[in-house]
Amino acid sequence: MPVLIYTENSGGKFKKSTFEAVSYARAIADQNNTSLTAISIGNVSEYELQDLGKYGAEKVLNVSGEKLKDFVNQAYASVIAEAAKKTGADIVVLSNSFSGRGLAPRIGVKLQAGVIDGAVELPEQKDGKFTAKKTAFSGKAFAIVELTSANKVIALTPNAYKIVEKGPAAAVEDFSPEVNASDFKAMIKEIVRSADKVSLPDAEIIVSGGRGLKGPENWGMLEELADVLGAALACSKPVSDADWRPHSEHVGQTGIAVSPNLYIAVGISGAIQHLAGVSSSKVIVVINKDAEAPFFKVADYGIVGDAFEVVPKLTAAIKEYKALA
Amino acid sequence: MNVLVCISNVPDTTAKITFTDNNTQFNTNGVQFILNPYDEIALARAIELTDGGNGSVTVINVGEVNTEPTIRKALAIGATEAVRVNAKPHDAWFVAFQIAQYIKTNPFDLILTGRESIDYNGSKVAGMVGELLDLPSVSIIKKLEINNDIATVEREIEGGKEILTIPLPFVAGTAEGVAEPKIPNMRGIMSARTKPLNVIEPVAVKTFSEVIGYETPAPRGQVKLVPANDPGKLVELLHAEARII
Ligand SMILES: Cc1cc2nc3c(=O)[nH]c(=O)nc-3n(C[C@H](O)[C@H](O)[C@H](O)COP(=O)(O)OP(=O)(O)OC[C@H]3O[C@@H](n4cnc5c(N)ncnc54)[C@H](O)[C@@H]3O)c2cc1C
Ligand SMILES: Nc1ncnc2c1ncn2[C@@H]1O[C@H](COP(=O)(O)O)[C@@H](O)[C@H]1O
Repeated sequence: MPVLIYTENSGGKFKKSTFEAVSYARAIADQNNTSLTAISIGNVSEYELQDLGKYGAEKVLNVSGEKLKDFVNQAYASVIAEAAKKTGADIVVLSNSFSGRGLAPRIGVKLQAGVIDGAVELPEQKDGKFTAKKTAFSGKAFAIVELTSANKVIALTPNAYKIVEKGPAAAVEDFSPEVNASDFKAMIKEIVRSADKVSLPDAEIIVSGGRGLKGPENWGMLEELADVLGAALACSKPVSDADWRPHSEHVGQTGIAVSPNLYIAVGISGAIQHLAGVSSSKVIVVINKDAEAPFFKVADYGIVGDAFEVVPKLTAAIKEYKALA
Repeated sequence: MNVLVCISNVPDTTAKITFTDNNTQFNTNGVQFILNPYDEIALARAIELTDGGNGSVTVINVGEVNTEPTIRKALAIGATEAVRVNAKPHDAWFVAFQIAQYIKTNPFDLILTGRESIDYNGSKVAGMVGELLDLPSVSIIKKLEINNDIATVEREIEGGKEILTIPLPFVAGTAEGVAEPKIPNMRGIMSARTKPLNVIEPVAVKTFSEVIGYETPAPRGQVKLVPANDPGKLVELLHAEARII
């Protein structure tokens, strides 16, 4: 039976994590020799919608209009469940983004479907069993979950699956399901988005600072390093607890779990709760003046030295490299 | 205002995570269990919102008798009463179904969960309870204010935030920023012993998912150290060896 992918947009534009999820959904459709339909909600241009074909969607159901322009969890879940019924899809895929986490459980209940949240690999389907791997214990382990229901919902961890470009333009079709007024009880008053900032869960490179940086006034050098790398900034918990940085940058067991291609930890000791949220990063670089800091045990590359000397030099070296490249 | 706070019993944040029986069972040997840190935030906010006798805070846990110390801790922190649904928390759907069932006969003005449990990290219970009761739900809120039965919440989004208004009742998953966790005081600990902890039996429900095994992440190789005075060497390695830049 067909696969449905919900393609989340941010202010009318699709994000990288959306293309990852479409590529992932395409691969699941291929596993089952079936078709992939996308559903987009909000005001996205015709061009962008057709472009979803590139990642493997054959058809796009486009739900536009003022009422559903901005994300309303309850109403979006209803629309996506309706689209699943309309297309006969028994597998619904979405990104495990902040919004995706609100949607997946609601869609799961509507479709009486088992939900795998935070999948990190393609599901395995053999001997009539459907299983997928997801992060568990805040990144300290993975759980293999079997879905025993006929319908299935899978939310893919951002940055866990590579974008595959292969298909022709997708056919776009308008879709306007009925949505109950009771689905609009929650109302958005304001959306604050820093357009120039790379968001943490989506970031491919993250530069993160800890208490070793001594105070908020010293973040300038990390910002510069992040700038030359096109990286997002993160921090350890005590840093956000002390209000040196906003809570939204706190990573770890009780913060955001991240899995970038490169995580650069500066002046962070590497406490188990910090490592929990960052250990699935592909490459870890640690800069710490204490050679005994536990972070070095889980790092790929390390520099033992004073951050205040090392970071500016590293930034300069990257600039030099980029100028040559 | 009457608030329901859903609480889970999870391994301590410093616990070493290992598995037994050919990686099919979580090894609880020597593991200390705690109140899920995000649920502490939900509980703290619920207590603030009902401060000074302005309503009550009920905590609910779906768990076996071994979760009672954690439930007592929530009572010691300041919950008014507790409910334990006497069952193994099979999965988020099972847990959400039990909680929704309880709410159907015992309505609340506000239902709070943590943004996620630190063991299964599902972020699912809030949304499922909301859907089961046809109530709005918001996962991962950073602020919660209530005025005349209308809540204003701040929700985290990638690279920003969203501010929403929602009429009571609704379900929300709390994260840092909503409140500072509270530490039980002596009086709280004493009174927790006598506060009501009602044990109820679960309702039967079909389940949709099964954890069939675990894996631990592959260990990394030995760290490669680069001299502090030559970060250029690191750039070279990140380019030529790690192929990142
Ligand atoms: C329930 C619970 C949940 C938690 N959740 C999280 C979480 O999600 N995320 C998190 O990060 N923490 C979390 N923690 C806190 C965690 O245990 C650590 O306390 C915290 O990660 C330490 O932060 P830090 O490494 O920045 O600071 P510190 O441990 O103080 O380390 C500072 C490091 O900087 C180095 N340093 C100092 N000066 C310099 C210099 N000039 N140059 C280079 N290096 C220098 C030091 O050698 C040291 O290694 C949690 C704790 C608990 C109890
Ligand atoms: N067994 C349980 N009993 C009661 N509430 C729970 C239970 N498990 C999870 N929750 C609540 O649901 C939230 C999210 O859990 P999860 O969906 O497992 O990430 C937790 O922070 C708790 O508030």
